[in-house]
Amino acid sequence: MSSSNRSEIVELDVRTDEMLVNMGPQHPSTHGVLRLVLRTDGEIVSEATPHIGYLHRCAEKIGENLTPRQFVPYTDRMDCLAAMNMNLGWSLTVEKLLDYDLPEKVRHTRVIIAELNRIASHLVGMGTYGLDLGTFSPFLYAFREREKVLDLLEWVCGARLTYSYITPGGVTADLPSDWIGKCKAFLDQFEPQIPDYHTLLTTNAIFIKRTTGIGVLSAEMAIDYGCSGPVLRGSGVDHDLRRDGEPRYTSLYEGYDFEVIVQKDDSYLRDQDYPAVPDEAVLGDCWHRFYVRMLEVIQAIKLIRQGMDFYEKADGDWGKPIKLNAKLPPGEAYLETECPRGQMGFYIVSDGGESIPRRVRARSSCFSNLSVVEPLCRNCLIADIPAMVGSLDIVMGEIDR
Amino acid sequence: MVIDQAFVQKLEERFGEKIIGANLENVDHWIEVAPGGLVEVCRYLKEEPSIAWNYLNAISVVDYLETDPKKAAKVTWKPHLEVVYHLSSIQHKTTGVLKVLLPRWKDNVEGQPPELPSVSGVWTTADWHEREVYDLSGVDFRGHPNLRRILCPEDWVGFPLRKDYQMPLEYHGIRGR
Repeated sequence: MSSSNRSEIVELDVRTDEMLVNMGPQHPSTHGVLRLVLRTDGEIVSEATPHIGYLHRCAEKIGENLTPRQFVPYTDRMDCLAAMNMNLGWSLTVEKLLDYDLPEKVRHTRVIIAELNRIASHLVGMGTYGLDLGTFSPFLYAFREREKVLDLLEWVCGARLTYSYITPGGVTADLPSDWIGKCKAFLDQFEPQIPDYHTLLTTNAIFIKRTTGIGVLSAEMAIDYGCSGPVLRGSGVDHDLRRDGEPRYTSLYEGYDFEVIVQKDDSYLRDQDYPAVPDEAVLGDCWHRFYVRMLEVIQAIKLIRQGMDFYEKADGDWGKPIKLNAKLPPGEAYLETECPRGQMGFYIVSDGGESIPRRVRARSSCFSNLSVVEPLCRNCLIADIPAMVGSLDIVMGEIDR
Repeated sequence: MVIDQAFVQKLEERFGEKIIGANLENVDHWIEVAPGGLVEVCRYLKEEPSIAWNYLNAISVVDYLETDPKKAAKVTWKPHLEVVYHLSSIQHKTTGVLKVLLPRWKDNVEGQPPELPSVSGVWTTADWHEREVYDLSGVDFRGHPNLRRILCPEDWVGFPLRKDYQMPLEYHGIRGR
């Protein structure tokens, strides 16, 4: 066949027009109601446009009509997988505006609870990421352990997902009397199982093939796009608000010994025996984001163990939640905390003299993290899109607020 | 806190009237910038190595309007919008706040969003944040590559986070109130 005919035959044989494919909003691998419009040519995606807002409830507007304590349950419903961390962020912001100081015991209670919720959240992140890539068993392992965390949290506050436990001024109740013992027992049972998860996913040959070298996010790009949390650290940026944040937040973690999980000088920290980074992995790819999350679980366990020791020695009580209609001083405060998914910021503006703020703003971490989908999913395969979107570990409730 | 007297003075010397003022009493200090100088100031704050605010945390808008006539008689300010930029530096682990004051409507025509230059050329993340601000609070960012609604449906009318916003009575056959 002469080369002059070839193009003509191809043209007649298979027509490869561009096609717009709608992925979502009810697609299982979009973690909620995310809609991606893909411009495809065969298997190649030339452009992916995210459409969000299907869960928009205008929580910020609701906040303008409620007092800060009444708004706490609405923060639960933003990131339903890490509600304690959301409560904590909001409470600290209100306390910053009120210039409110807390007893020692509350500080440690908050660290224990927030880190416990971080474990639960990362377990979901791990399990559902496996689902996105077509393996079911890690999901079951993850949810079995998460169930135990939820039981512990339920014992503390009565709710399994929407806790409203951490409130401005403290927490709503002290930890139950034998809770610490049960929590220790859980950690002792949970920690030895983590190598199993590494066998199931982190070092699994298929998993490595599916996740390494795709969705590579450079450090500059991660910063430019406002990424945070494991997405930012997976790109090698050494930034964790628990260490680098504002004093009001970092003072919570004062005296705690923990590491920020990030690749430094071509290696992760080696305080324990972690699986090695495979040769195919490139810094900033999907595998690294996943790996950072897995290692953060171990750091969270470390933090909880320390927190429980501190808690048992601490004096004071469990804080006194501020009055439901406490008057707010004039001024404004903005505070970001390190949630499992990234930096969650709350902003409160008050005119003074009233208990209802003028403005409540929630800066969503996933909102910025999701915005990298557009550049990441340029010229990739359709099958890689769930792997990339899943590696960002998004929660739509938080993006849409 | 990075924003102190010396910091403000340095900026004032460099940008003159584009820096309108600063508040150093609030728990978070802020600098007020003129709308016309916003992009220039932002670029400087990002690129100057000693400041290096290369991370845009959030863009928020506060609507200063009192809809209750009783309270409106007591307030000391005129109705306006405040666009607030929360910035931070990954290298220096510092944070800062910029503010721009805008009229509530362009040329006092109700429904016409006021204009402000876009900073999406400085920080790419401003693209989505400005779309959100446009969608909910109604600020028209000039020079934005793709300014359309992001959280509300594209045919939504009005800006929900304005204080005088009225919930629509119905939307495509769905009853609102």
